[in-house]
Formats: sequence, structure tokens, C-alpha cells
Amino acid sequence: MAVTAPAFETIAPPAASARKRRYTEDQVPLGKVLVRMLAGFIVLAIFVLPYVIMFFGSVKTKAQIRSVDPTYLPTEWHWENYINMWSTPETPLPQNLISTIVISVFATLIVLLVAMPAAYYTARFKFPFRMVFLFLVIVTQMLQPAVLTSGLFRQFLAFDMIDTWAAMIFINAAFNLSFAVWIMHSFFAGIPKEVDEAAQIDGAGRLRVLFTISLPLVWPGIVTAIVFTFVACWNEFAASLVILSTAGNQPLSVALTKFVGQYETSWQYVFGVSIVAIVPVVILFMIIEKRLVGGLTAGSVK
Amino acid sequence: MSTTSDASPIQAGAADGRPRPGRGTPTKGDAAGPRPRGRDLLHALPWIGPALILIFGVVLFPAVVMFYNSTRDISQSGVDKGSVGLDNYIEVFNFPYFWPIFGRTIVWVVVVVAATVIISLGLAQILNKAFPGRRIVRLAVIIPWAASVVMTTMVVYYGLEPYFGIINKFLVDIGLVDTPEGYGWTRNPATAFAWSIVVAIFVSLPFTTYTILAGLQTVPGEVLEAAKMDGAGPIRTYWGVVLPQLRSALAVAVLINIINVFNSLPILKVMTGSIPGYDADTIMTMIFKYIQNQHKVDVASALSVVAFVIVIVIVAVYVRVVKPMKEV
Repeated sequence: MAVTAPAFETIAPPAASARKRRYTEDQVPLGKVLVRMLAGFIVLAIFVLPYVIMFFGSVKTKAQIRSVDPTYLPTEWHWENYINMWSTPETPLPQNLISTIVISVFATLIVLLVAMPAAYYTARFKFPFRMVFLFLVIVTQMLQPAVLTSGLFRQFLAFDMIDTWAAMIFINAAFNLSFAVWIMHSFFAGIPKEVDEAAQIDGAGRLRVLFTISLPLVWPGIVTAIVFTFVACWNEFAASLVILSTAGNQPLSVALTKFVGQYETSWQYVFGVSIVAIVPVVILFMIIEKRLVGGLTAGSVK
Repeated sequence: MSTTSDASPIQAGAADGRPRPGRGTPTKGDAAGPRPRGRDLLHALPWIGPALILIFGVVLFPAVVMFYNSTRDISQSGVDKGSVGLDNYIEVFNFPYFWPIFGRTIVWVVVVVAATVIISLGLAQILNKAFPGRRIVRLAVIIPWAASVVMTTMVVYYGLEPYFGIINKFLVDIGLVDTPEGYGWTRNPATAFAWSIVVAIFVSLPFTTYTILAGLQTVPGEVLEAAKMDGAGPIRTYWGVVLPQLRSALAVAVLINIINVFNSLPILKVMTGSIPGYDADTIMTMIFKYIQNQHKVDVASALSVVAFVIVIVIVAVYVRVVKPMKEV
């Protein structure tokens, strides 16, 4: 991600400089700073707590985690859980992980390939029904698979695609497309058109302008769109629950719910798998943290 | 929405002197003079076509399928046995638990969104102040946003289990629960629903807080200075200067939260899914009960249409209030 760091600074300098100024100019009394740090620490503790419980649980034995007198901290650290959990009988977890990865990666690729040209063209050129198209994008951005699941189910049943990865790849791609178009659109629109025109006068074709001039400039927007799409696909639940019926096809989010209500749930494995599934996407989100302030709502917050 | 009438002035935007700074919409078209609309559309299609196919094929077409199915009689095995008019809707509304479920959906949305926004306003205020370690706190706040809601809910569900749940143990340890084995929070629809609300608030906080933080950055420093000079205290400055500036950020946060919370399935599915009966259901969990437990896709479609209409109304309000098209 070393490449993106400087780009962030060039695209969004006002926020960064304003933050720095506040640190240096305001002479905040020490007492106030300590109160703020304390408040900050409490916030941190609350937001991290469920995941700390998860982590501690993941290294306990089944006997410890189901003990009538539970301990907050694990008394022994059973790292072997992270190996043994993959062969738990409730659900084929290795297949569930592969399913999650395949669906998320391909859906994100489709979103990237489909959203980028649309965002570029709508930001750069006018054409009939351009506003209708953008309106469509905004409205579909508000629709989620959950409310349309019964329609999606019947549709993919008719296409004979029920219980296939392909169906979930298309569903995830379609429902995340609008957001990606919207984010990238605002980035493309932010590049002065003179940059493009200069390149075109120099004889570069439209596609070459897109790939060599515009893309490097909108790279932060693309990264944001990719991360958001990927994380949304990774965690998708409602449609997968109905579309994917075979245990091996299901993503982790659906597979893990099978542990709830079991006579003796192996919580240590649920948590181990959760940690494995959560850590990568949290890191992805942290990479785009600066974009989350401001860039996300893409122009609607003003 | 009068989108078509919106589109025409933009066609001739530059000529009308409509200022569009920074948005490089008109390019070649202006230099070459007016061109036939059909040709422009043909030029655009390769670029926006794939997006249109996905949006129409996988978002709008299923909506049509859903509307159609809501008037059909579909057997448990999935065979379409013909039209039944509005019978599926009658079944939805005559279901004795429908109105309690409807009311619970409203409670679910209103309580979660209101609490989320109020807490987020405070959180954003803390995260907007300078202090050592602020970046780490900000990063921590992101975690529930990125993490799977199913997984976050499951750790709470486990914590609430009697005998071995860690939250129950904590509540016993601090004396809030008298029985040594804790309380069966997830066995009782009312308490399971209440805890679901807590989880829903928790996972909604990051997005809301970050949206408000974005809004706070638009509050001009000079205005705050001026308020200070005029002798306004921090509370008065907040009510009088900061909050009005946050109006559009709050509008976005509230409306997107309403949609998300209304559509939310995983939290209630995990927390209340194993409780028999319909005393902890919302419209969304009821749709999935029709599909999965009763295999009534036709009735599920009818209820989904009801939900869809509610979502469309919310979106219409969103477009009205926030006017996102203004920024295009």
C-alpha cells in the first residue's frame, strides 16, 4: 500500500493540514488532554471488547469455554484450536472459507471492471439520460439483497443457478456496483478535464487517457471502492442464506450460524474462525481510514 | 422525481451559463456544437452498458419477479399453480402476529437509529478533539464496521448464555443479576430482542460516527472563534453553531441507518432465531421465516413487497431531503 499513501495526501490535503494545525496551535491544558485521553481509552475499550472476548474464547478448550464457573482470561492458551477447528463436524469450514474468498474476489473484480468505465464516462461526458442513469445508481444503492431475496431466489431458480457461487457473485456484484460507481464518479469528476484534454491533444486515445492519466489520479477512490465492495461481499448474509443451500457452498457468515442452538456449541472454534475472518477485513478498512472521513458520502455531506 | 426535466438543462448547461465549477462534464460536445442524441447514447453504451445489465438484471428484475410472485400460488416445492390475486397479501395481513411484528419493526428502527445517532454525536465530539493516541481510538471504532455482523452478534450471544456466558458472569460479579448461573437472556423473546437492539446500535456506531466526523470538518474554525468571542459557552456553541452545520451529515446518517436497520437480518436471526413463536420478529426476519421455515415463497414475496414499498418511501424521502443529484 506504499503507493497509495502519497496519493491520499495529494487528493485530500485540506483535512490533513487542518488536523495538523489543530495539534500545534491549540494550547490545550494538560488536564483537558488527560480527560480526553481517558474518554478515548474508554471508547477504545468498548469497541475492542467483543473481539477481545472472541480472541480469548478462541484459545480456550471446550471444557473451559463451557465451564459453569467461567474465567475472563484463558488459563491455558490452546493455539492448536486454530488447526483443529477446520475439521469440526458442524460444517465444512475449509470449504466455507474458500467459498467466501471465491465469491468476494470475483464479485469485487466484476464491480471494478463494470463500475470504473461507467464512473469515468458519466463524470467526463454528457449523454442522453445521463441523469437518469445516475439517479438509478443512487436508488439502487439504497436497495439491499435482504428485501429482494424472495425475488432473487425465484429468479436464480428459473435460471437453474440456485446454490451456485455464480449466483452469489452476480448478486454481490450487482448490489455493490452502485456504491462503487458513485465513489469513483466523484473522484473522476474531481480531476480537471484539462488534464485529459492535454493528453488527447497529444494524440492519446480515450482508453489510453483513462489508463495512463486518469487512473493513477483516482487510485485512492478505486482502492476505497474495492475495499468497500470486498468487505461487503465478505460479510454478506441474507441472500447467501437463501440462495446457497449446500453446506460446502456457503460462506462463513452463513455457516457459522449453524453453531447457534446446538446442544453443545464448540464456541472456541466459532471464535477461532471468526478471528481468522475478521482480521483481514479490519486491516483493509484501516488502510482506507482516512477516506472514511469525507470520501465515503462522496459529496452528499457538504 | 423529475429526472428527465433535470437532464435537459444540463444538456445545454454551459450555454445557459449554469456554473458547474470543477465538474468537467461538457468536453468535446461543446466544441463540436450540438450532436445527435442517439449517437451520444451509442457512444455511452459500451461504458455504461455492463453496469445497466447488472442493475436491471440482478436488482430491478428480481423486484419485478417478486411483485409477480406475490400474486401467484407457489407450492412448497416451487411449482407455480396460477394466480391468486391478492390472497397472499390477505394472508400476510391476517396473520395474527402481523401487527405486533409491524409495531416491533418500528420500535426496532426508531430505537436503534435514535440511540445510534445520539451516541455517535458524542463519539464524534471525542474523536474530533486532539489528544495523543486519537488515531488508535479512531481505528478501534472501525472494527465493528468491518467485522461480520453475524460474528459480532455470536460473541454477544455466547456471552449471554446462562452458566458459562462471560457477560452473564460479569453481570453476576457486579451484582446486577442475583442468580449465580446468570439469566437466560436469549431464551426469552423480550430480553433477546432488547439485546439485539444493543448489538444493532453497536454495529451502526462506526458508520454514523464517521459520517458526523466528516460533517464536523466542514464547521469553519472562524465561526467557532467568533462564537467564543461573543461569549458563548461550549454547550451553546454546540447547539447554536455546530449542530446546524451538521444538518446534512445527520440527514445522510439517519436515512442510511434507517435503511440498514430496517433491512437487518443477521442480528435477530442469531439472537432470537432459536426462540419458538413470533414474539421477537421484525418484518425482515418474518420474510425469511416464510421462505425458510414454511417454504411459502409466494407469501414471502407479498411481505417483501410491503417491505420494498417501505424502503422506496424512505429512499424517496432521502432523495428529497438530501438532494444527492445536486452534486452530480
